[in-house]
Amino acid sequence: MDTQERTINTPDFTAGDALQIATYQVLAQDGTVIPGAVVPELDEAQALKIYRAMVFTRVLDERMLAAQRQGRLSFYLQSTGEEATTVGFAAALDDSDMIMAQYREQGALAYRGFSVEQFMNQLFGNDLDYGKGRQMPIHYGSKDLHYMTISSPLATQIPQATGYAYGQKLAGNKACTVTVFGEGAASEGDFHAALNMAAVLKVPVIFLCRNNGYAISTPSSEQFASDGVAPRAVGYGMKSIRIDGNDVLAVVKAMQKARKLAVEQNEPVLVEAMSYRLAAHSSSDDPSGYRNKAEEDKWRAKDPILRMKNWLLKQAWWDEAQEKQLYESIRPQVLEAMKRAQQRPSPPLEALITDVYDRPPAQLEAQLEALRSHLDKYPEAYPKSAGGAARG
Amino acid sequence: MANMNLLQAINNALDIAMASNDKVICFGEDVGVFGGVFRATSHLQEKYGRDRCFNTPLVEQGIIGFANGLAAQGSVPVAEIQFADYIFPAFDQIVNEAAKFRYRSGNLFNVGGLTIRTPYGGGIAGGLYHSQSPEAYFAHTPGLKIVVPRNPHQAKGLLLASIRDPNPVLFFEPKRIYRASVGEVPEEDYELPLGQAEILQEGEDISLLAWGAQMETVEKAAAMAQKEGISCEVIDLRTIVPWDIETVTRSVMKTGRLIVSHEAPLTGGFAGEIAATIQERCFLYLESPIARVTGLDTPFPLVLEKEYMPDHLKIFEAIKQSVNF
Repeated sequence: MDTQERTINTPDFTAGDALQIATYQVLAQDGTVIPGAVVPELDEAQALKIYRAMVFTRVLDERMLAAQRQGRLSFYLQSTGEEATTVGFAAALDDSDMIMAQYREQGALAYRGFSVEQFMNQLFGNDLDYGKGRQMPIHYGSKDLHYMTISSPLATQIPQATGYAYGQKLAGNKACTVTVFGEGAASEGDFHAALNMAAVLKVPVIFLCRNNGYAISTPSSEQFASDGVAPRAVGYGMKSIRIDGNDVLAVVKAMQKARKLAVEQNEPVLVEAMSYRLAAHSSSDDPSGYRNKAEEDKWRAKDPILRMKNWLLKQAWWDEAQEKQLYESIRPQVLEAMKRAQQRPSPPLEALITDVYDRPPAQLEAQLEALRSHLDKYPEAYPKSAGGAARG
Repeated sequence: MANMNLLQAINNALDIAMASNDKVICFGEDVGVFGGVFRATSHLQEKYGRDRCFNTPLVEQGIIGFANGLAAQGSVPVAEIQFADYIFPAFDQIVNEAAKFRYRSGNLFNVGGLTIRTPYGGGIAGGLYHSQSPEAYFAHTPGLKIVVPRNPHQAKGLLLASIRDPNPVLFFEPKRIYRASVGEVPEEDYELPLGQAEILQEGEDISLLAWGAQMETVEKAAAMAQKEGISCEVIDLRTIVPWDIETVTRSVMKTGRLIVSHEAPLTGGFAGEIAATIQERCFLYLESPIARVTGLDTPFPLVLEKEYMPDHLKIFEAIKQSVNF
C-alpha cells in the first residue's frame, strides 16, 4: 500500500487522539439486549456451556486463591471480572484454532474441556502435570486442546502467534491463531513486531487485548497516552474493534466476525476488550496499595457473570435452582481434585534433564548420575525425590 | 564436485533443504528478491515463491518470535539475522523462548525445526557493530545448539544437518571468509554430524582448538610452528554446543598441551569453558597451563582491528610459550 499522496500547505498536525474508537456493546447489566444491537447466533446449549465455564472459572479461582492463602499452593492468578472475555472468545472459535494466551485465560481452557484434574495436576506440579513440574502454577498447556503452553515472559507469545498463523495459512488449514495479552503487554516491543508482521504478511491471526485497567499496579493511564490499544492496529494497517469485555454477547459476536476475516481473508484483526481486573494481579499482589474500593465496587456492579445470568434468565434458559446446583457441584469437584493432585508423587528425577534437547546429551546424563549419587548419600535432605522415590 | 565459495555453499544447502522439504521456509531482512545483503538466499524466492522465501519488516525480535511460532506449528523456519551484532533484540525470543519451548511444555510443543543463520566475526573493517562473535552468550543457555563452519564444504553439510536437527540451532557464518574461502563441494545432498569436532591435522606436541574463520589463522600458526620443529594437532570444534569433549580430551591426553583461540573477548568466552573442562579431565596429563588466545576485553575496534585480532603471530607465540613452559 502506498502512503497517501495528498499534500497540504499549512503545517497541520494530526492529534494523537484523532482516532477515538467506540465500544461495541450488546447487553445491558440487567440482561436486556440494547435495542438495535447486533446479537450473535448462540443457541441454548452453547450459551449454557459458556455460562458453566464462566462459573467454573470463578469458583476455581476462589478455591485456588484460598488454597494459596492456606499455603497449599505456591502461587495463583485469578481472572475474576474477565470471564466473559476469556470464555467468550474461545466460544467463537473452532476447536482446532490455536490459542496462545498470556496467563489469565483459564476460562478458555475450561471451555475447551480441560478437566479439573488437569488444572490441578499443573497447579501442583505432580507426576501427571503435562509440564512435568517445571513451571510455576497457572502455566497450563494442552496439545489436544490446541492451547500453547503458557510462558512467563510477557508478550513473547504475540509474534509467535503471527508465525504460527503463517504456518496454518501455508498448510492450507481453515484455521486461525488467537493470541491474548493484557494492555500492559501491549507496551512490549513484541506487540509492535507482531502486529506489523501480521499486517504485512497477511496472516490469519487475531490479537485479543484484555484491557483490564492495570498491569500489576500500573494503571492504563500510566501505560499509554493513546486512546487505548485499539487504534494502534489501524496504524499498522489492520482492522480493529473495541468491545465491552464484560458483555459475553459482544465478545462472541466480535470474535466470530474477527475469525471470519482471519480465516477467509487472511486478514489479521485486533480486538480490544474493555474490562477490569477485579482481583489482585496475582496471589503475591495487594491492590489495596494502589487503588480504592469505590473503583472496584463500580466494576463489581458490572460483573460479567451476573450480566450473562440475567440474560439467560430472560431467555428462560436458566433458573435459580440450576444456578444453585451448578455452584454446589463445582465446589466439591474442585476440592476433591485438589486433594487427589496433592497426594500424587513429584515428577521423576529424570524430568530434570529430559526435553532440554530431543535427547539428553552425554554431559547431562553425567550430571544426572552425579546427582543420583549425591541424593543417595543424603536422602532425607531431598524430600521431593526422597532419595530415590521420585526416580520413576 | 563443484567449486564454491562459502556463500554459494550456504545458498546451495538452502536450495536443497527447500527442495527436499516443502515445510522449509527462509525469511529475514532483505532475504527475498535481493537474496540477502550477502546474497546467501539468492534465487530462492524465484524458485520457491514468495510464501516460502520473503522479506520481513526490520525487527529482529519479531523475526525470531515469528520463527518460534512457525516452528511450533510444524514448519521448518530458517531465519536470517542480517549481522550477529543485531541478534540481541531477539535475545529474549532465543534464550527464553526457543531454548525452553520443549522443556517448559513437557515436550507438548517444541521449536526443534528452527534454524537461525547469522554472519559473525571481524576482519572486515566492520568496527563495533559488524564484527562481534556472540556465541558465548547463547552457549550459557541450555536448549540451543550452536554451530560454526570453517569452509564451504563444512558449511553445506553442517547447515543441512542444522536445518534437519530436531532442536533449535544457531548457525554462525564466518563472514570474513564468505567469498575468500573457496573449495570443492559435492553437489548432492549430504550432512555432517553436529556435536563432533574434526581433527584437521594430527600432531604430537600441542593441541590447537578453534572454530569458524579462526581455523585458517590457527592453521597458519601451526605451519609456522612446524618450521620450528613443533608438531601441532589442529582441531575444529565445529559445534560449540554440545561440544565434543571426548575428541578434545583424547587429543590433550596425547599432546599434554592445549591452546584455544576465538575472536570474542577473553572474559566469559567459550575458551574458558573448554579450559575448565579439559583441566578437569586431563589434569595429570598437562605439561603446561591451558592457554587462551582471544580478542581483548574491549568492544571490537575499527582502525586497530589488526592489533585486536587473535592472529597467527599471537597464536604462534602462545605455542612457543606453552611448549617451553
